[in-house]
Amino acid sequence: MAKDEMTREFKLVGTRALRPDGLDKVTGRARYGADFALPGMLWGAVVRSPHAHARIVGIDAAKALALDGVKAVVTRADFPAGLTGSDWDIQENVMAGEVALYDGHAVAAVAATSALIAQEAARLIEVSYDLLPHVTDVDAAMRPDAPAIRPGSADHTVPDGMSPNVVSYIEYGRGDLDAGFAEADIVREQTYKSEATHQGYIEPQACVGQLGADGKGEMWVTTQGQWYVRRDCANVLGLDVAQLRVTPSEIGGGFGGKTTVFMEPLALALSRKAGGKPVKLVMSRAEVLRATGPTASASMDVKIGMKKDGTMTAGRVEFRMQGGAFPGSPVPDALKCAFAPYKLPAVLHIGYDVLANRPKAAAYRAPGAPMAAFAVESLVDEMARELGLDPLELRQKNAVEEGDQSSYGPKFRKIGLKEVLAAARAHPNLAAPLGPNQGRGIATGYWSNYNGDTAVSMAVAEDGTVQVSVGTPDIGGSRASIGLMVAEYLGIPYESVRVNVVETGALAINEPTHGSRATFANGKAAVAACDQAIKEMCRRAAADWGIDAEAVEWIDGAAQPAGPNAGKFPPMSLAEIAGRMSDSGGPIAGHFEGIPRGVGASFGTHVVDVEVDPETGRTTILRYLVVQDAGRAIQPAYVEGQYQGGAAQGIGWALNEGYVYGADGRLQNATFLDYRIPVASDLPMIDTVIVEVPNPGHPFGVRGVGETGIAPPLPAVANAVAAATGVRLRELPMSPPKVLEAIRGRRDG
Amino acid sequence: MSKIHVTTTVNGDPVEFLADPRETLLDALRDRLGLTGSKEGCGTGDCGACSVLLDGRLVSSCLVLGVEAEGKRVDTIEGLAEADGTLHPLQRKFLEHAALQCGFCTPGILVASKALLAKNPDPTEEEVRYWLAGNLCRCTGYDKIVRAVIDAAAEMRGAA
Repeated sequence: MAKDEMTREFKLVGTRALRPDGLDKVTGRARYGADFALPGMLWGAVVRSPHAHARIVGIDAAKALALDGVKAVVTRADFPAGLTGSDWDIQENVMAGEVALYDGHAVAAVAATSALIAQEAARLIEVSYDLLPHVTDVDAAMRPDAPAIRPGSADHTVPDGMSPNVVSYIEYGRGDLDAGFAEADIVREQTYKSEATHQGYIEPQACVGQLGADGKGEMWVTTQGQWYVRRDCANVLGLDVAQLRVTPSEIGGGFGGKTTVFMEPLALALSRKAGGKPVKLVMSRAEVLRATGPTASASMDVKIGMKKDGTMTAGRVEFRMQGGAFPGSPVPDALKCAFAPYKLPAVLHIGYDVLANRPKAAAYRAPGAPMAAFAVESLVDEMARELGLDPLELRQKNAVEEGDQSSYGPKFRKIGLKEVLAAARAHPNLAAPLGPNQGRGIATGYWSNYNGDTAVSMAVAEDGTVQVSVGTPDIGGSRASIGLMVAEYLGIPYESVRVNVVETGALAINEPTHGSRATFANGKAAVAACDQAIKEMCRRAAADWGIDAEAVEWIDGAAQPAGPNAGKFPPMSLAEIAGRMSDSGGPIAGHFEGIPRGVGASFGTHVVDVEVDPETGRTTILRYLVVQDAGRAIQPAYVEGQYQGGAAQGIGWALNEGYVYGADGRLQNATFLDYRIPVASDLPMIDTVIVEVPNPGHPFGVRGVGETGIAPPLPAVANAVAAATGVRLRELPMSPPKVLEAIRGRRDG
Repeated sequence: MSKIHVTTTVNGDPVEFLADPRETLLDALRDRLGLTGSKEGCGTGDCGACSVLLDGRLVSSCLVLGVEAEGKRVDTIEGLAEADGTLHPLQRKFLEHAALQCGFCTPGILVASKALLAKNPDPTEEEVRYWLAGNLCRCTGYDKIVRAVIDAAAEMRGAA
């Protein structure tokens, strides 16, 4: 479809079609990770370090192996040595070697004939430790005298003289920073901190793994990316990648946390040691919180120069983030997102990736963006209040648009920030009156969106229905959106398309459902695949009619002669061509392998009204508005769902959620009772406005909608709490005791 | 540990199973009876993904022992639709309102909502929110779930 066709009316795109997996999901039939079983299957359990940092002196499994029904015990000795780089990091995280690096780090695993026997055997495995000093706070981990967690982990970017826990250093910017600050009427600088949070998907990690002595294996697993599971498991275990076949289950939420492996290689190692019997491993919630990948905790300095009229003249950020005992905190993306919404003549970004005795961080929805937005959007709000400027107007004044150079380098292509801000301004929520102890907060967030390795195939069935094979597990309705795009493009009913999420043996490599890429990348890839099939179907029709294939075009689901000179033939429908395909040349299909170009970035602005109880410090969300540029909403209900879900997660991050470590370095809140995510009674209805500034890089204008929406809530809620109470909280979560202390400090002060 | 013979009724059908006395009702449903629609999200009664009705009362099946089902009536997500597959209004409304994303919490929320509407056929938004406060959903922000329950209640009142 040409660019100029993007504004045309669609028949299917933009409708609220029912999701094809819906019936299975409301009847309990949908099979998730833990719902899978095989004949002769064993159950596994994992022994985990109770210490934040400890040398493993010895592991004695004799008593466990003596228990009836126990079939195998594995430790690090069962894994190959000599791995390097990220493969070594993943192996170290999957199973501790000489040193346990965090509370919850796996040190051994056992497989037995039942889950209860496996759990009992795990308790009988005796591990002796020599305790080492530990550190869990990012700023403490950067001190020169901090315990060194994995000496030698630092890369070449780290300047001399830094703590051994600083493993990567980033510095970049442009413009004359000093001149920019000198030009400003006010220059303000503040420090903000946010605690680590967990994705909190309700489905714990679960898999069944089977691996024979011949090095061939299979895995059934809940994951956002079956090819990543295949690659990581193979590397950790020293297998040939293509000898492992990985089938994804339905997935009970991921938000980035299921893009990598944690205990999956253990299931395969146990299976191999137990003579190739399949082994099931299912994490408990405590294991999920202690030993999968939460996001980073952050400590952030922000400095902004501003003229009296609100024009921003310069900005500087210095972000310190710990991503657990391994390199890989999201500090690069945090820096990229920090000033993305703003036109800035001078900007400097500095970042530190820091190790601490915590679990290895994984991606969490727009990794790094929420913390960055919290820091920058809080200070922007503080300065707007100081200058007596409307916070929305200030953002409109400094907003980037097409052609502007972004804070992090490249020029923006077509973007919709100005349209988003205008839509927010026009929304009735902004006119709602506020009472005592109530306040309104506004903030903007950014996510670049992503494409990545993509392989899609489509094939025509004998009756003219169409199957589409994609490699991205469907978390929030992507099968529906891909089905809508394919049906629209082919000109057939939505119900005639079945979109299957397939196993690793069925397609070339695919990156996971991450980076808000599923609808963008698969949609573009599926259109390319359909083009191949359309070309072939036109060729078949042409052969039947005895005319040139070039004289046939595809309109409304049928091959038709292109113009009067081509000849007079009635349209030949997809179903007619399909019904005769075995006699006209064989199967008809199309495929795409590549990295779809043309990613479209996305901005969102949130407006929240809160009431803060001055007696308890509890914050109640009164009203919540999400405005975000989708490019094009293929299925608006699922776009709204992404906006609402991102907002809810961000509200939890702002007000409640956070990892709590004791002085002993142990996680204190490894249950859903104590790690409290928002419940239904914590939230109001979440209003949404879908702004559509189509992405010219996509056949339907898609940008990607999953991630941007978690960035603005942190600062929006903080700005609202400041408006309601008159005190500024610069540390998340803004739990009731912290808010109360701040209010009392104001009264006393 | 020797197992105990349990006779009970699940979704109207008589069933028997052998339960280790340490096993939960959720384990028995999922691993003994193959009814994997009830989910384990926490194992501590905090998330509601394992919600079932035990003699008509809403319980977290991860906090009930399998042996406690003896002689009782258990209703799970697998029994919510009619025997011929006709969906319960709650199921239909969840689909129409797009009230699920990953769908993992959906069985528990549907069972809990059924229990709510049995007690209170005309709940306010606030009543729905407080009743479902024990059912965690991480995907939706609850907006569409609450709307679906209220809409299903209206339809069921109209049909009665």
